[in-house]
Amino acid sequence: MAETAAPRLRPMAPHLQVWRWGPHMLVSILNRVTGSGLAVVGLPIVLWWLGAVVAGPAAYARFLGYAGAWYGLAVLAGLTWALVFHTLAGLRHFVMDIGAGYEIDTNKRWSVAVIAISFVLTAAIWAWLLTR
Amino acid sequence: MDKGTPIGRVRGLGSAHHGAHHWLRERFSGLASLIVSIYLLAGLLMLPAYDYAAVRGWLVRPVPAAMIALFVLTNVWHGRMGLQVVIDDYAHVPANRIVLTALLELVAIAMAAFGLLCIVRIALGAA
Repeated sequence: MAETAAPRLRPMAPHLQVWRWGPHMLVSILNRVTGSGLAVVGLPIVLWWLGAVVAGPAAYARFLGYAGAWYGLAVLAGLTWALVFHTLAGLRHFVMDIGAGYEIDTNKRWSVAVIAISFVLTAAIWAWLLTR
Repeated sequence: MDKGTPIGRVRGLGSAHHGAHHWLRERFSGLASLIVSIYLLAGLLMLPAYDYAAVRGWLVRPVPAAMIALFVLTNVWHGRMGLQVVIDDYAHVPANRIVLTALLELVAIAMAAFGLLCIVRIALGAA
């Protein structure tokens, strides 16, 4: 067969700028972002909380002052969502690790479910905390 | 041995045999963290108040204290491995990668030590 002069189009590499986004990709990168956030911001805050308990009532009251302010509550709510999301995405990974759920429809459906359930559970936790 | 392209030199050698170890540890620590975190979240949500007395009264009991210690250990371990992957993926200059990895190791060990010391002090009644 005679080749034409024009070069054939090569398959495109999965490059961030040209790849079409789907829910599974969003869950993948959010899993990394939430995990990094929990490790870099969440763990130090847990340790600050523990240290405040050790340091006594005055230090603990100072911690509660920051944690209970609007910015503290915003950070804690964000960390709650990050924890819930990272947990759900991790459970999704456990399922995929046994080789299940790779069909595109199933994979997308559970990705959307992970995102939706993460917001529902976070809202439920904070509704419980703020209404009791 | 020095001939050929980088890919040509490693082709056919098979696995390095330590990728799966990191991967498995990441999963095991995630599973451990899941169990401990569910216990602690439930305990935290059931607390009558979040003032000093209530929180200290909870943490001083053996099982919550053990769970908090496990929480610190599993999550420092899990986070250390996760951030190692992030560093390996995004820090391309070898010097940066080594410095960031060293920093990560040092901070992880320091956080684990601080968390455990706090729990020991609370549980043994020194605080």
